[in-house]
Amino acid sequence: MPVPRMYKTEGIILRQRRLGEADRILCVYTPTFGKMDVKARGVRKTTSRMSGHLQPLTRCMLQLAQGHVSDVVAGCETLESFQPLRDDLDRLSRALYAAELIDRFVPERTHSFPTYRLLVETLRRLAEAEELDQTLRFFEMRLLDQCGFRPELEVCAGCGMRLEAVDNFFAPISGGAVCRACGGGGMGARTLSLNALKVLRLLQHGSYNDAMRVRTEGTLGREVENHLRSFIVCVLERDVNAAAFIERLRREGAQHAVEA
Amino acid sequence: MNESTPATAAPLARLIDELYKLPGIGPKSAQRLAYYLLRMPVAEARALASAIVEMKERVTFCSICQNVTEVDPCRICVDGDRDRTIICVVEEPLDILAIERTQSYRGMHHVLHGAISPIDGIGPEDLKVSELLQRLRSGEVQEIILATNPNLEGEATAMYLTRLLRPLGVRITRLARGLPVGGDLEYADDVTLARALEGRQEIES
Repeated sequence: MPVPRMYKTEGIILRQRRLGEADRILCVYTPTFGKMDVKARGVRKTTSRMSGHLQPLTRCMLQLAQGHVSDVVAGCETLESFQPLRDDLDRLSRALYAAELIDRFVPERTHSFPTYRLLVETLRRLAEAEELDQTLRFFEMRLLDQCGFRPELEVCAGCGMRLEAVDNFFAPISGGAVCRACGGGGMGARTLSLNALKVLRLLQHGSYNDAMRVRTEGTLGREVENHLRSFIVCVLERDVNAAAFIERLRREGAQHAVEA
Repeated sequence: MNESTPATAAPLARLIDELYKLPGIGPKSAQRLAYYLLRMPVAEARALASAIVEMKERVTFCSICQNVTEVDPCRICVDGDRDRTIICVVEEPLDILAIERTQSYRGMHHVLHGAISPIDGIGPEDLKVSELLQRLRSGEVQEIILATNPNLEGEATAMYLTRLLRPLGVRITRLARGLPVGGDLEYADDVTLARALEGRQEIES
């Protein structure tokens, strides 16, 4: 069915860039039309009635008019502003990381209700959760799953043999965990501890509440994070920009703690 | 961008190519501007060209506040009448002009030349943050006004600077956020209205 000249959809603003004198191009992720770029006219002026509703990480109802190149925002209203994300740099940096992953993984104009719901739930969780990093790991694993890049964690991604309950290897290029025989030869494989494998499996199969029950502070958490990050970088064939900022905040936080 | 065709003289095609590199200028606008410049009197075209060259050769960054200037330090930084205990931190040089237009601020400025945008890979190391920290070492500064834009990048920058500067013991303030003059309450978004309520002030009789 053709889209009418004026139409409404809800969406989450993923990112924005400046255009011309006072306009912006917004990258919006919608449940009905997928990810798309829309033009918002005059929103950089302080008198704009729409600018507050169109900030990144806002879930809003958009009224769009079809344009030649990109559709134009004719009206908008905030549905959810995820306010705690904007008051805390740790929460904000993680939420921007989630938004960047959606932007990189999801193709334009391809709708996916489960992925949209995953993003909304993740932003809500990041606004409230204590364990921000574990929340992100759950999001990463589910996003990989929904986008067709589910890491293999049950059998060796190299030879197909069942993984033994010992330290194995994780090789993103092979598609997941590999046994000691297959991982020993290199190919970017890193040691995967048994506990990290269990956490990764829980993230893959368990519910959010199950995943949150596991304590993964310290080295175990960092190991799980590094394996998932290397898998994502391998799939995307590029780094995730927001990850560097999270890393910097963590480093400076630790430095301040030592000085204090 | 411009494929050299027999219909376009080579110097004109080169100018179109150069204009096309400017932000907000598309291929048609570049052509229109180039043909406008072609019809311009030679003296005016020379004045424009020399203005661009002179700007590039003479304008530099102030070594103190990082604003654009032709003399280093800039006029604001050497002005003895200004309050050196307050620094107003802004994103871009144009923001200084906006603040100076109000004629109600007599402190110093500091330009970051951007805002933190993790998604775009712009971090604190890409901004003039270390230069700001350097200025605070003298101990003269008592207050930092964070005047970054009230959008997500500006807020992220303000939060990061707060975290960085708080241990130094200076007073950190943020420009008030709320309803714009001439705006309608019914069109205000949740965040703006919440900030306006937080920052409400008692009416003095």
